[in-house]
Amino acid sequence: MGTTAAADPRRITRADVAPLAAGAAVFGTGGGGAVHTVQLAVESAVAEHGPVRLLDVDELGPDDLVITMSAIGAPSVGIEMLGASAQAPTLLAEVQRLLDRPVTAIMAAEIGGSNGVAPVGWAASSGLAVLDADGMGRAFPKGTMISMNVAGLPSGFAVNADVVGNVAVFRTVDMAWLERHARAFTVAAGGIALGAHYPLTAETAKGAVIEGTVGRAIAVGRRLLGSADPVADVAAELGAAVLASGKVIDIERITEGGFTRGSVTVEGVGPDRGRLLRIEIQNENLVVIEDGAVTVSVPDLVTVVDSETGHAISTELLRFGQRVSVLAWACDPLWRTARGIELTGPRAFGYDLDYVPFDGARAAGALR
Amino acid sequence: MTGRARELSVGIDVGGTNTDAVVLDGDDTVLAWTKQPTTADVTGGVRAALRSVLGDLGGRRAEVSRVMLGTTHATNAIVRRRDLGRIAVVRLGAPASGHYPPLVGWPDELRATVLAGSLLAGGGHLVDGYPISPLDPDGIRRFLDGLAGRFDAVAVCGIFGPSFPDQELEVAALVHERAGVDVPVSLSHEIGPLGLLERENATVLNAALHRVARDVTGALVTVVAEEGLDAAPFFAQNDGTLMTLDHAARYPVLTIGSGPANSIRGAARLSGADDAIVVDVGGTTSDLGVLNGGFPRESTLPREIGGVRTNFRMPDVLSLGVGGGTVVDTGRGALLTDSVGHRITTEALLFGGPTATLTDAAALAGPGPVTGRTLPPLDGADGAALRAALEEAHDRIGSAVERMSLGRVGLPLVVVGGGGFLVPDRVPGAGAVVRPDRGDVANAVGAAIALAGGRADRMCEVADRAAAIDAVSRQAVDRAVHAGADPRLVEVVDVLETPVSYSARPTLRVSVKAAGPLARTERRDT
Repeated sequence: MGTTAAADPRRITRADVAPLAAGAAVFGTGGGGAVHTVQLAVESAVAEHGPVRLLDVDELGPDDLVITMSAIGAPSVGIEMLGASAQAPTLLAEVQRLLDRPVTAIMAAEIGGSNGVAPVGWAASSGLAVLDADGMGRAFPKGTMISMNVAGLPSGFAVNADVVGNVAVFRTVDMAWLERHARAFTVAAGGIALGAHYPLTAETAKGAVIEGTVGRAIAVGRRLLGSADPVADVAAELGAAVLASGKVIDIERITEGGFTRGSVTVEGVGPDRGRLLRIEIQNENLVVIEDGAVTVSVPDLVTVVDSETGHAISTELLRFGQRVSVLAWACDPLWRTARGIELTGPRAFGYDLDYVPFDGARAAGALR
Repeated sequence: MTGRARELSVGIDVGGTNTDAVVLDGDDTVLAWTKQPTTADVTGGVRAALRSVLGDLGGRRAEVSRVMLGTTHATNAIVRRRDLGRIAVVRLGAPASGHYPPLVGWPDELRATVLAGSLLAGGGHLVDGYPISPLDPDGIRRFLDGLAGRFDAVAVCGIFGPSFPDQELEVAALVHERAGVDVPVSLSHEIGPLGLLERENATVLNAALHRVARDVTGALVTVVAEEGLDAAPFFAQNDGTLMTLDHAARYPVLTIGSGPANSIRGAARLSGADDAIVVDVGGTTSDLGVLNGGFPRESTLPREIGGVRTNFRMPDVLSLGVGGGTVVDTGRGALLTDSVGHRITTEALLFGGPTATLTDAAALAGPGPVTGRTLPPLDGADGAALRAALEEAHDRIGSAVERMSLGRVGLPLVVVGGGGFLVPDRVPGAGAVVRPDRGDVANAVGAAIALAGGRADRMCEVADRAAAIDAVSRQAVDRAVHAGADPRLVEVVDVLETPVSYSARPTLRVSVKAAGPLARTERRDT
């Protein structure tokens, strides 16, 4: 627990990395990739290069240029083929060449899971700041599901770099085509690549990104790691409702088109005895159904945490008999716009359901 | 030779507190057993245990043809940072993985003890076998020359090495050419599956344990020789199979999880079950495992050994802080995380001590768990507290059984260990509760019945699935034979296919395990 961090909250120190990772796992809503390995790289990069400045969107000046970055590819390949030190600098050099001006900060494409942690390491090794914002406020499986796309901001280009130094620049007609071409590059690159797109400035970032999410993830993680009552504390920190605490009594999982689809059923214990919650999953937790009614749906956030430790449990690690608590909280207002719902509402994931806005505060009052 | 079949096996399990030994006949009947205190040098406890069971055998001792040892020696060496070698680490795959230096995430002090130097060299492969960069023999030679005299062993880990092991073998030859044929080299594809950092960690630990392995294999040979036994020595490894001395000396890290594996296999054999949940209740913890088709179910998650994350196959064990010595908070009627451990015979109420334990709670509830001992008079509040604590213990054991069952109902629950009285006769979700005779030495029985096994895994495209399973199976069978299995009886016991998500071409990870009874011919290791 960094006293340094508390004294200077606008710097991410080595001591902040573990809380960031734990918080990013919570924001991963069951997906987003495991945070443990990336935490090691970020800790060693921050130890080597020093703390990373965390920049508010409001602090962006006229000379600032932010680039959105993420790792792309199969997690099962990612456990074997890890990132190269020069990968981020190579990618950033190409972005600067294309824009003909220096990049000053990196923004996470998604705060949920490993991609929410890694930018701190890339920033450290490149001597840049990290923007206290991201493009999702959580984890989503598709590149099109990003706040800048909701805001109608043009990406202009995307740059991908592989581990050996190959760089590809994409100028595609829309995000769907980018997805297709970038995926082809990723396959040629060995299943994993580093990507950058959506350059942002002080003028364009405001209203097009989900603000404050890096700091929020660190705060959630810090509260979690130091807590004697982690579930309640994490819920309080998130402004989330504890929908129910219980045990996993059923899991259905099939792998289909590169995604894990299925559902998990949680039976309430203690004060929640007699209740049954079903969570529909597709890499992430997407919809919660109780008594035949949808109580939470994507893009609102649902995270399943261990009832004892409060640590987030990703969908592939859910197992029969686990004691879990289901947390839910409201998404950023940007996702609740018509365009946001079109891109990320239940129908975007193939569920024939209307989006039901979840009111964390009201639900918390009613349910707890 | 008397003409009698020499079919007796001795199983020895060196635990933290006790060293157990058993002798089994060809039908796996327990002929002799003992529990001796574990000694600091290990050898003393093993010697006492072997001597005791051989003494019970009398004239039949000449029928003993094999001695199997399960030991926590390697684990202890890592945890205590003792007798570890200094390792030169070569990773193949530059520039990939440069963001992750070797031994990243290790406890500082252990890294300082073990790491002589590391090199991220050219080499390695993409998932589909395409080379990341050419192998750089000159760079590796320069690295070894620069460290000359400052390392004891070398660890080599190539990106996608388990799928494409040739470069690791090439580097091993290079090390032997440069630093001498006696320098031990650990290759990652022989140690663990995909997962670069965890496999590399395991490979480095394996290399660092070289001296420890030599000492403990030497100790077993010495003790067997002292007793004048004409018996082949083997080591138990963490998937419930055995390896030869030679194999144990080369892959000591694979002995690390043998304790729980032996306990699960031994409990199964004693109870006759092939599929069961096993709970081993000790003084401090209850360890639960699952038996699937005769072998322990393995964990798919990385495990920490002495603060280092590793990914080699370990039994899936759930450890609860509930045991016979667990202390009861009589104020709240709840369990504490403390245990009186082996001090139970002086500390517990049942033994006239001052501390309320779960053993006392069990004594209050039913026929005394310790014959000839009765509780002192208790006031009503203390009695109620003990009853509540026992109920909590039952609940926690029940939840753990349910969790391990993964929803399968009716599996028998086999109870072993000294604290088995804490498990009620009916546990929700489980079938019959079975308490086999000699369950207190299940670990040693598990060591004595272990088979020799081998394992291999690789990634493949779905279209090449059948060919890949064949190739990986052959590799697993070869490894089992190398570990001591009879080539005529070895068989594939497990094929696991895992689809790889987010891949454009449908990709699978294929993992195969082979196992078989030990070859009857007494192979002497070279």
